[in-house]
Amino acid sequence: MTYRFDFSWLPLYWPVILKGLLTTVELILVGALCGVALGVACAGVRALGPRWLRPVVAAYVELIRNTPFLIQLFFIFFGLPSLGLQMSELQAANLAMVVNLGAYSSEIIRAGIEATPRGQFEAGASLAMTRFETFRHVVLIPALQRIWPALSSQIVIVMLGSAVVSQIAAEDVTFAANFIQSRTFRAFETYFLSTALYLLLALALRQALRGVGSLLFPRRAAR
Amino acid sequence: MMTFTVWDILRNLLLAARWTVLLSLVSFLGGGLLGLALLFLRIGKRRAGRLFVQGYVELFQGTPLLMQLFLAFFGLGLFGIDVPAWLAAGLALILWTAAFLVEIWRGCVESVTRGQWEASASLGMGYVQQMRYVILPQAVRVAIPPTVGFSVQVVKGTALTSIIGFVELSKAGTVVTNATFQPFTVYGLVALIYFALCWPLSKSSQILERKFNVAHRHH
Repeated sequence: MTYRFDFSWLPLYWPVILKGLLTTVELILVGALCGVALGVACAGVRALGPRWLRPVVAAYVELIRNTPFLIQLFFIFFGLPSLGLQMSELQAANLAMVVNLGAYSSEIIRAGIEATPRGQFEAGASLAMTRFETFRHVVLIPALQRIWPALSSQIVIVMLGSAVVSQIAAEDVTFAANFIQSRTFRAFETYFLSTALYLLLALALRQALRGVGSLLFPRRAAR
Repeated sequence: MMTFTVWDILRNLLLAARWTVLLSLVSFLGGGLLGLALLFLRIGKRRAGRLFVQGYVELFQGTPLLMQLFLAFFGLGLFGIDVPAWLAAGLALILWTAAFLVEIWRGCVESVTRGQWEASASLGMGYVQQMRYVILPQAVRVAIPPTVGFSVQVVKGTALTSIIGFVELSKAGTVVTNATFQPFTVYGLVALIYFALCWPLSKSSQILERKFNVAHRHH
């Protein structure tokens, strides 16, 4: 192999990479917050929502979990405008990530809710709490605590999956790498660097989620 | 201008879906074989082997599949090989699949209780016999539902190979969209075809899990 590695483009192009990095971080922050909120809402509907709404949520979850993220993204960005729903690349990327994580996290949270002992619901009822109050104060928080590790890995998976939003020209890390390699023709080096960035991002995100977990559920950490 | 019926669109997409199925099968089987080899390193006695597999898994689970595809596509080129898209796609997907399967299967082997190892050792079995007659038969039962479940991820993963230019279902969706200007219909149909491929797998994974769990309760 006579190939010589060349990173001399780095000083010139690092602002592009930094901008991409910030976009990826923004995408995952919005995606994780809104996605988990949507997941909680969907899991709540499936646990105690109106009967007619439950199969609708179930269909949404199955549809998202059994189709590729790339197609969901294309459908939102290219398909929805024909219904009059026009949005920017970044908005489409954000929406796709929220919709995607919403479906996955609702399944994870549902598993946590189903693991709640029946006695907890009955105890809530015996304290004259409504079904919603029982869900909100008694069931949800321990359920979230139980499934936090699984939820964290799913958030990391969605972050890694966000690399494909470059395909609708949302300017994330991958977009920056594509841009740089088209200018410098140093494809392997740019993708090597961006891969390393994703790896670091995944490690950092995992640590951050562990920290958030011990903040949200302090009792567990104290034990 | 030519007009396209829904049937024209669907027929072209279904023809391309054959490549999605083929690539999924190759990736899943190849990844399964590599994953099995890595599994024996991972649960083996040698420390270096265990560390290697841990690093491998961390690397492939901690980076986007898209980046792995790009690196395979451009990295193989560094060796002076003219890389066709299907080769890079197959290679990257096999390596990626193996990284997930080895972790799933390790969990299954470790779910077999310590007592089983001790009992079989007390019957004078060696490592290979223990594996062959005691541990693996039990681990395989536990492993089947999550393995079938993961095959869904492989099918969905093949969609990314469209980005490096492999013409499968997703790429066909883009091509057909560019010809028909009907993104809503085309991507809707593409999603439905993926759903038709993945949903039976998801469902059977769930059914298998329920079935094997019932068996477990009798132990």
